[in-house]
Amino acid sequence: MGLDFTVIPKYLDVVLLGCLWTIAITVAAALVSFFGGILLAVVALYAPAVIRLPFRAFEFVFMGTPLLLQLFLIYFGLVQIGIDLPAFVAGVIGLGLHFAVYNSELIQTAIISVDRGQMEAARTLGLSRTQALRKVVVPQAVRAVIPPIGNNMIALLKDSALVSVIGVSELTLSAQRAIGATYRPFEFYLLAAAFYYVINLAMEWVQRRIERRIAISR
Amino acid sequence: MTESTDFVQIRHAQKSFGTLEVLKDISLNVARGQIVAIIGPSGSGKSTLLRAINDLDALTGGEVWLDGVQVNKQLPHRQYEKHINEMRQQIGMVFQHFNLFPHMTARENVTMAPKMLKGLSAEEADALAKEQLDKVGMLERIDYYPSQLSGGQKQRVAIARALAMNPKLMLFDEATSALDPELVSEVNQVMKKLAEEHMTMIIVTHEMDFAASVCDRVLFMDQGVVVEEGPPEQVFGNPQKARTRAFLRKELDNPE
Repeated sequence: MGLDFTVIPKYLDVVLLGCLWTIAITVAAALVSFFGGILLAVVALYAPAVIRLPFRAFEFVFMGTPLLLQLFLIYFGLVQIGIDLPAFVAGVIGLGLHFAVYNSELIQTAIISVDRGQMEAARTLGLSRTQALRKVVVPQAVRAVIPPIGNNMIALLKDSALVSVIGVSELTLSAQRAIGATYRPFEFYLLAAAFYYVINLAMEWVQRRIERRIAISR
Repeated sequence: MTESTDFVQIRHAQKSFGTLEVLKDISLNVARGQIVAIIGPSGSGKSTLLRAINDLDALTGGEVWLDGVQVNKQLPHRQYEKHINEMRQQIGMVFQHFNLFPHMTARENVTMAPKMLKGLSAEEADALAKEQLDKVGMLERIDYYPSQLSGGQKQRVAIARALAMNPKLMLFDEATSALDPELVSEVNQVMKKLAEEHMTMIIVTHEMDFAASVCDRVLFMDQGVVVEEGPPEQVFGNPQKARTRAFLRKELDNPE
């Protein structure tokens, strides 16, 4: 039997809804990973050892183990100690923290590369080190790493398919549901792939706009 | 209150990096409204001395006083941070490489610290930005980012940024050394204007003409000591020490 794309319209709403969930989880996790990344970077560089070392252990876990396993741990594992998270929230936390660790690596390097004179100028005006970091150093560091962070966010979009395994009805799981009803895997997987691609293009567009906007202020 | 002759006091300043002594027992008094130039070859310790005044480079020995308060007071870490932040608010500093904040407009560069540290309202900050940028002739560029400004313009904004904290003392660390020659005079003009307003200033500079025309006193430093000091007519016109003469001869032959 050949390909038959006429089955798609009947299930298009299911897949479109999945698309919206994918966008929602990607945006939410991207925000967690962005601000989490900044926090982790500042802790890694400036916090006293009592705080830094537990964070380091946490980062090691999130960098050194599969994301899939992390999602299982957060969704199925935490229930055993009384933390029962909705699948969507578990997915956002898992994806967000996983990519926060990667963003943190980028931001740490960028913070170190900010010219020493910037911190000096801020301190000279009377700002504390924390104030200088917040207003002067970190904003510059983040601007410098917008392009590679954007790449991480696109990786995050693609990895968001993994949260289908904990039952979030995002794009991949929705496609699977449509396939379950129609036995048409090729058509619906292709459709899902096309949607991922479109979201990907949209993210690249947003990233380019941000880069253009900050170009003048670097 | 203290006598006006010791508005700024450096007492027996010493600084060493390991076995290398960059400041060897330097003392200096600056009266309120006085303008002091520090000249000397690179590596003489003049920038280090300047940076010790607001504790950017901590002294290993000696004291710095401003208006009757010791800047580098011995305090437990947390208290010292609070103290030094307060002191630094009273000491403006201008750097060779401007160190403007590239992610902020001229306006934001000027208002960031006053808003944060003095709790200025939006209107007050706006008025302050206009006043200070007007003073340095940069009002038309108030919403420009540093990347859109020339070196001289950047330095003028940097001066406005320092002045916005209403400092008692201004420190200039080779403020024109990184500028193209044709941009030097616009910055010098601003500094002259500050001199006319009797701002107390300590200026590390390579520009002998400027030092001679604006400053009340000139210090010649070499190898971590003050070799000679006095009014510019004396230090430039009739230097007493051989080292001073040698340095000045070299500078005048080869001003860059």
